[in-house]
Amino acid sequence: MDNLKKYLSTIIICLVLATFFVAVQWGISSGFISGYWVTNLYLVGINIILAASLNLINGFTGEFSLGHAGFMAVGAYSSAVITANLGLPFPLAVIVGMLAAALTGLLVGLPTLRLRGDYLAIATLGFGEIVRVVLMNIDYVGGASGLMGIPALVNWPIIFFSVVLSLLLIRNFICSSHGRACLSVRENDLAAQMMGVNITYYRVLAFVIGAALAGLAGVLYAHYYTILQPREFSFMLTFDVLVMVMVGGLGSLTGSVVGAVIITIASAFLQAIPELRMVIYAVLLILSAIFRPQGLLGEKEVTLNNLQKLGGVFNGTVGSKQAH
Amino acid sequence: MKKWVKVAALLVVVLALGLAAGCGGNAQKSAEGDTIKVGVNFELSGDVATYGTSCKNGILLAFEEINANGGVLGKKIEPLVQDNKSQNREARNIAERFVSEGVVAVLGPAVSGAVQTEEPVLTAAKIPVLAPAATAPEVTYDEKTKKVKDFIFRVCIIDPDQSQVMANYIYDVLGLKNGAIMVDKNNDYSVGLGETFKEYFTKKGGKIVAEEGFVSTDTAFKPQLTSIYSKKPDFIYVPAYYNQVGLIIKQAREMGIDLPIMGADGWDSPKLVELAGADNLNNCYFTNHYSVEDPSDLIQNFIKAYEKKYNTTPDAFAALGYDTAYLLAKAIEQAGSAEPEKIQQALENIEDFEGVTGKLSYDEKHNPIKEVSIIKLENGKQKLIKKMQPKH
Amino acid sequence: MPDLLQQLLNGLSQGSIYALIAVGYTMIYGIIQLINFAHGDVIMVGAYVALGCALKGLGFIPSLAVAMLTCAILGVLIERVAYRRVRPVSRLAALTSAIGVSLFLEYIMMYFLGADLRTYPAGFFPERTYSLWGITINNKDLLVLGTTLVLVLILQYVIYRTRTGKAMRAVSFDGQASQLMGINVNSTVAITFFISSAMAAAAGLLYGIYFNSVQPLMGLMPGLKAFIAAVLGGIGSVPGAMLGGILLGMTEALVAGFGGSMYRDAVAFIILILVLLIRPTGLLGKGVQEKV
Repeated sequence: MDNLKKYLSTIIICLVLATFFVAVQWGISSGFISGYWVTNLYLVGINIILAASLNLINGFTGEFSLGHAGFMAVGAYSSAVITANLGLPFPLAVIVGMLAAALTGLLVGLPTLRLRGDYLAIATLGFGEIVRVVLMNIDYVGGASGLMGIPALVNWPIIFFSVVLSLLLIRNFICSSHGRACLSVRENDLAAQMMGVNITYYRVLAFVIGAALAGLAGVLYAHYYTILQPREFSFMLTFDVLVMVMVGGLGSLTGSVVGAVIITIASAFLQAIPELRMVIYAVLLILSAIFRPQGLLGEKEVTLNNLQKLGGVFNGTVGSKQAH
Repeated sequence: MKKWVKVAALLVVVLALGLAAGCGGNAQKSAEGDTIKVGVNFELSGDVATYGTSCKNGILLAFEEINANGGVLGKKIEPLVQDNKSQNREARNIAERFVSEGVVAVLGPAVSGAVQTEEPVLTAAKIPVLAPAATAPEVTYDEKTKKVKDFIFRVCIIDPDQSQVMANYIYDVLGLKNGAIMVDKNNDYSVGLGETFKEYFTKKGGKIVAEEGFVSTDTAFKPQLTSIYSKKPDFIYVPAYYNQVGLIIKQAREMGIDLPIMGADGWDSPKLVELAGADNLNNCYFTNHYSVEDPSDLIQNFIKAYEKKYNTTPDAFAALGYDTAYLLAKAIEQAGSAEPEKIQQALENIEDFEGVTGKLSYDEKHNPIKEVSIIKLENGKQKLIKKMQPKH
Repeated sequence: MPDLLQQLLNGLSQGSIYALIAVGYTMIYGIIQLINFAHGDVIMVGAYVALGCALKGLGFIPSLAVAMLTCAILGVLIERVAYRRVRPVSRLAALTSAIGVSLFLEYIMMYFLGADLRTYPAGFFPERTYSLWGITINNKDLLVLGTTLVLVLILQYVIYRTRTGKAMRAVSFDGQASQLMGINVNSTVAITFFISSAMAAAAGLLYGIYFNSVQPLMGLMPGLKAFIAAVLGGIGSVPGAMLGGILLGMTEALVAGFGGSMYRDAVAFIILILVLLIRPTGLLGKGVQEKV
């Protein structure tokens, strides 16, 4: 019975996803969804990847990285070099962008991840700044005036499948034995170490995966906006992502998705009052730290089971089992 | 297995919500009305907010005047003002929004990078863009493909024109041969001016003895100035924005460096005098699009109207914004229609448009051919020294 | 040679400002192990308050006093509202809250006062320049150095010669034990915030005068640099913060003066990472084992 339900919900989800995908694709090609909202939709997708990957580092391993803008920049620039400067195909750019970001993550992570969370925050923040300064000084990628002429290769299917695959990757990682080890590091690193968990290895592993996905977000960003300037990848970008993660809940993957959607859409509507937008974000951050350090959803995930409980759609098995 | 399915479910729900909100936006698209809608996309907050705000102020003043005089082709102009937060991606989002709202042209943004980011959207929609202050040559002309961007027009002179005129003035008129350059490496405008200045100045036979850089967030410039001074230049060229230039000039004078210091239109702000101190600005020159000292009626009337509306002296960005709005009005009139593509045609053929910032015609790369003003600062007051025509 | 001396002097002034900010960081980190991200922004508030006083016609010393008092109260308020409840929960939650406070101060100022650069009125601090053996010294350099020295000496006295100082040292050594010994931990923490924020205000005014500019984001970079200085000197140690600040200032001046101005900020962060890897306790810090 349980097994059957499992498959049933998988099928339902796949169907819903497919319907959604097709509906949006139709909306875009028929012009029903205006260009402005297509842009926002793509931005939501990119932000979901950013928030989920930052959550993997900050929420699931209990580190505190502020270097996401840096990894995104590495991914964006390296992939743009592949397509714009060398004229090679897009799939290669995606691979190179993610690998470059992962490699940078490894280089940054190996020395700094032995630091405790709060030192790591400043060190990664510094890393982000260094990336910006270095990019500004490389003429090959345009220096301060930026890298131009990147082909516009991003479309709805690419965004959609990038988001779905990224979330799938993170989810599978968390539920694997590696992921469990990461959680143990977060809960009590000393105890984890005693139990024989190689804490540095798991921290670096999660960090590298997070960096690679931030790189993927960068690749999509580069090939959607078609121009890259170092000043776009400032600390404020990391901060926006941090707000999404905190609002959604540290340690909740679905929370990150919700956070990314809410903040992206809110930011589009708050266009008229930019300073207040930042004040609102700051207050959100403080409040979420004080009253709900675990965020909107905490570590809970929004699951079909939970939705069932809310709506009582399927009768009978309500509340029989939690997701874990 | 179960969990990811649920994750995905949420994703769908949430994306659907976003989409629902999205379709709401579409409804705003209005039919052909009795006004002409013009997109005004500027940096009203963020790090270059002062330029965007000045441009916007100039534009709104001009539209007000135009509408008070009966509008264009019997219709009033309706400016739709949006703030792009000094972010390129926001500039593009706003361009998308303008397309769906059915504007006939877009004015702005102020800085080159933002104009380049919005360009693909508006070119695809065949809507002309008038950029008041985007000075980078690549904005209207793609060096790689050797193609002119048909729908982009700028109102300001391009960067190389300014550095060329300044190089000529320093070498020929002031007779100085050894220069030092100090640029804001964060800023494409500053880097571009520095590079082209070096090219023109050395071509004439001058020598650049020192080159230093800084980043926009810097406040301590004495280390670089010490190093520059030890190379014994005759002058220092600092083509950056006034907020850093003010500090640089002040710190240079504090160190006893009394060399002439030169710059470009980024200097033009009343804040410069406040930051550097009026005395320290003696022996400083910069190139600009116009001068408030110019006695011509057109300029003086503009200054009076601007001061009345905003209680402050207009800077070059405000003047460029003002001209941009009038240029659009003229193009619509010449086209005899407010259709975007006809406006684009009219802009291509504009000749001798008389603006506050000079007489404007376009060359084949959509760059205006205009005179450059050289301005000297005396006790904190701007003095127009000379107007020079750059050679193309 | 005069060039090198001039560069070192440039660095010394910049470094003393870092030192003054770093002292605040180090005190707060020493007592509650929190990187007070908002410390840099308290500097900014201090500079604005002093600017307000100056525009009202107050002199240098009264403006300094008002700014220090206002910021001291602001510091206590920040601790009470944004940190006290979070501290016991987790350090990362506290850090998040601190980042929130930092941005809140920056953008609330921007909302009310605009993003424009402001300057102190002419004559608020009369400037003079002296020339000695090919080196130019401004009286602002002397002011910055002098104020930092005096404030740090006073602070050393407070920490090592008064009852309050003893309580502060006890809490930073072991919060729970000192509570059992009858020390009011919360009020000791509040006093620490009071003092360090007052120092931040002084730093803000000095910074504003030294560079003749005040703006909402002015505290961000100096704040981060000062944190690096505190780590370099040994976090928790006041003389260490002073030493770290001056060393960092000089390093930056040398880097910028000899061709690397672009990498000035990058060098500072590289120093941070190196110190944390090679000698996490800093130059003058004492080693502390992680408690289980």
